[in-house]
Amino acid sequence: MVEMQRAAQCDQPLLVAEGLSKSYGRLAACRDVSFTLYPGEVLAIVGESGSGKTTLLQMLSAQLAPTAGRVSYRMRDGVLRDLSSLGEAERRFLFRTDWGYVHQDPAQGLRMAVSAGANVGERLMAVGWSHYGRIRDAASSWLERVEIDTARIDDAPRTYSGGMRQRLQIARNLVTEPRLVFMDEPTGGLDVSVQARLLDLMRNLVSELGLAAIVVTHDLAVARLLSHRVMVMKGGQVIETGLTDQVLDDPHEPYTQLLVSSILPP
Amino acid sequence: MSVMIEMTGAEKTFTMHLQGGVRLPVVRGVTFQVKAGECVVLSGPSGAGKSSILKMIFGNYRCDGGRIGIRHEGAMIDIANAEPRDILSVRRATIGYVSQFLRAIPRVPTIDVVAEPLIVTGTSRADARQQAGHLLRRLNIPERLWALPPSTFSGGEQQRVNIARGFISDHPVLLLDEPTASLDAANREVVVDLIDEKKNAGVAIVAIVHDDEIRRWIADRVVDVTAFAAAA
Repeated sequence: MVEMQRAAQCDQPLLVAEGLSKSYGRLAACRDVSFTLYPGEVLAIVGESGSGKTTLLQMLSAQLAPTAGRVSYRMRDGVLRDLSSLGEAERRFLFRTDWGYVHQDPAQGLRMAVSAGANVGERLMAVGWSHYGRIRDAASSWLERVEIDTARIDDAPRTYSGGMRQRLQIARNLVTEPRLVFMDEPTGGLDVSVQARLLDLMRNLVSELGLAAIVVTHDLAVARLLSHRVMVMKGGQVIETGLTDQVLDDPHEPYTQLLVSSILPP
Repeated sequence: MSVMIEMTGAEKTFTMHLQGGVRLPVVRGVTFQVKAGECVVLSGPSGAGKSSILKMIFGNYRCDGGRIGIRHEGAMIDIANAEPRDILSVRRATIGYVSQFLRAIPRVPTIDVVAEPLIVTGTSRADARQQAGHLLRRLNIPERLWALPPSTFSGGEQQRVNIARGFISDHPVLLLDEPTASLDAANREVVVDLIDEKKNAGVAIVAIVHDDEIRRWIADRVVDVTAFAAAA
């Protein structure tokens, strides 16, 4: 029965974008983007700097109002709601609980001066947890899951390396068991060896937790490892979309062929 | 026996935009069927499009025309026109694919590379690892290597890891792209046994093998791909 309910839920989209556009004066940063994301699905948005992928991510995550079009999200009660129609309490619920947002720069997603434990615990307190011991246990088990030595739980992320900070940011986001996580260049700015570890970790967490994710990246290797589907953006428009391995192994559009052929062999 | 794969008039052309839009026709009019428990071997010289046909069936290459029917969960689904999420569902439950080269994931231990297809369909990690170990042992990958990522393994070892990963699931359709190319005689025999077991279990197989002896052992039928040559 539970299985059937799960299957039924998976058949209903989690997030629907319709005709999303954003212009700044005469400049169109993002034009007419539509897609549907299902529970458990990982979508990568790829393209070079200035292609509009970050603008799109900000609209999808209700941080930027679109000039035209809309984003709908299936709330936990099963009803698909237009994000622009949500009240303040519902928006807060999304940001604090049901969504995660992983910034490229962990300093933007963490509070750098408070302890790692508090960084993770804070999201739990925001959803009503109050028992100190339970919060600390949850924080500690999440540090373990993201491979951070729990002996460092009382240290501030200021004292962490770049890779540790990024893993802490992921723990902070996932502790509330969100259903959807937005990631903006999650491996950008990290050493290659650190990237591989982070990618492997994210890949496992996403599949174990059945998370849906929208990942913005300019790195096609990241898209290949993490995502099921990919959207290629150029000049604010989606120019090609499909199954990730299909788009990367059999690219049709000239720009996608250029992107794929520009990867340097290791 | 029921038909598991039904290709009808499938075709594929690459358009190379970076080379001035050169069109590279690969195959045209690909038509054949594979029944449950049957092994069809694709034959033809290098470049005839054998691997491309496997990739089209797997949904890795897009199909420019025709139909690629796959029996998936009791109904025929057309891979040539399926939505991405339907293709993913077909790959999870129905089609296994052993590519020529293992695409290694950094840092993931060999045992987990092999166990992963079972884990994503709901088998517990412990059970999946146990079955993975069983297959790796049959394929003569020593246990001391199981905890290491396969990226540093020899070509033959990587291929055997890839075979273990492809054979671990009970997928009713299996695509094999030169599964024995860099294996020694003993390991080739193991792979032939594994293929026989799959056939006896009713799995429909499409394979590319260059070794005549192995082809005689496994093939129920040979489909000559040069008949589908698209280059006019």
